[in-house]
Amino acid sequence: MNELTIDAPTGVPQVTMRREVDAPRELVFRAFTEPDLLKQWLGPRRLTMKIDRFEARDGGRWRYLHREEDGTEYGFHGVFHGDPTPDQMVQTFEFEGAPGHVSLDSARLEERDGRTTIHMNSVFQSVEARDAMVASGMADGVREGFEQLDELLGRLATVG
Amino acid sequence: MPVTQRERSLDEVFGALADPTRRAILVRLTHGEATVNELARPFTISQPAVSRHLKVLEQAGLISRSRRATARLSRLEPEPLRDALTWLVSHREFWEESYERLDELLAALQDEPDAPTTDTDGRSTS
Repeated sequence: MNELTIDAPTGVPQVTMRREVDAPRELVFRAFTEPDLLKQWLGPRRLTMKIDRFEARDGGRWRYLHREEDGTEYGFHGVFHGDPTPDQMVQTFEFEGAPGHVSLDSARLEERDGRTTIHMNSVFQSVEARDAMVASGMADGVREGFEQLDELLGRLATVG
Repeated sequence: MPVTQRERSLDEVFGALADPTRRAILVRLTHGEATVNELARPFTISQPAVSRHLKVLEQAGLISRSRRATARLSRLEPEPLRDALTWLVSHREFWEESYERLDELLAALQDEPDAPTTDTDGRSTS
């Protein structure tokens, strides 16, 4: 029920994600826009999140780092477009390891019966960039190919 | 940062994998080396077209090519594929784990709606 749905349609430089949470949307909105809350959930547990700046307003900048235990850091930054609201949070997103690959991310929170569905949408500059940065493996058609390859690679690995 | 180079080659790998014919060629190569002729056989496309696909796969590092007499042999190079698959899995894992943590945070906040929203993991921000 709280399953994460990721959709990366073939031929379109876009990824959509959907996830339901058991909380009213005002609270979810705070978790998305207050840095002290954001760093408590965004990213895998093994990574430490450090927020350089997070100005959740029209034209505000954000930058954060995810740090591995071995000290390796991954930096991300972007700019907010429009004052974020539960109906619309729009920002650019750039991974500092792949400069120039900027995506336009928007999120929308939809509440029903005290539960909230989080809708996220990322648009990349090309299908290739989308596939490289995100989940082409989830896309129709591509997925089958990957499952097939995955299986066969597993077999190869056991052969040596 | 080494990540940059890795991202760039992942771009190429994913670009190469974006085509169903190229994926089919890779699956065929998991059974062993093959000539262009052998690879073209199951498809309704010309040998030169298959050669173009092989060139893309070679540039992405997914196959290597050698000569046997007059024939060119293609061979699967599985490492970049493993990287790409690991990466795909880790993207989904990134979000799945993030949302699990969000569930926990939201539950904690609802238990104590007036509690101050201070950092609970003891890590500092700048």
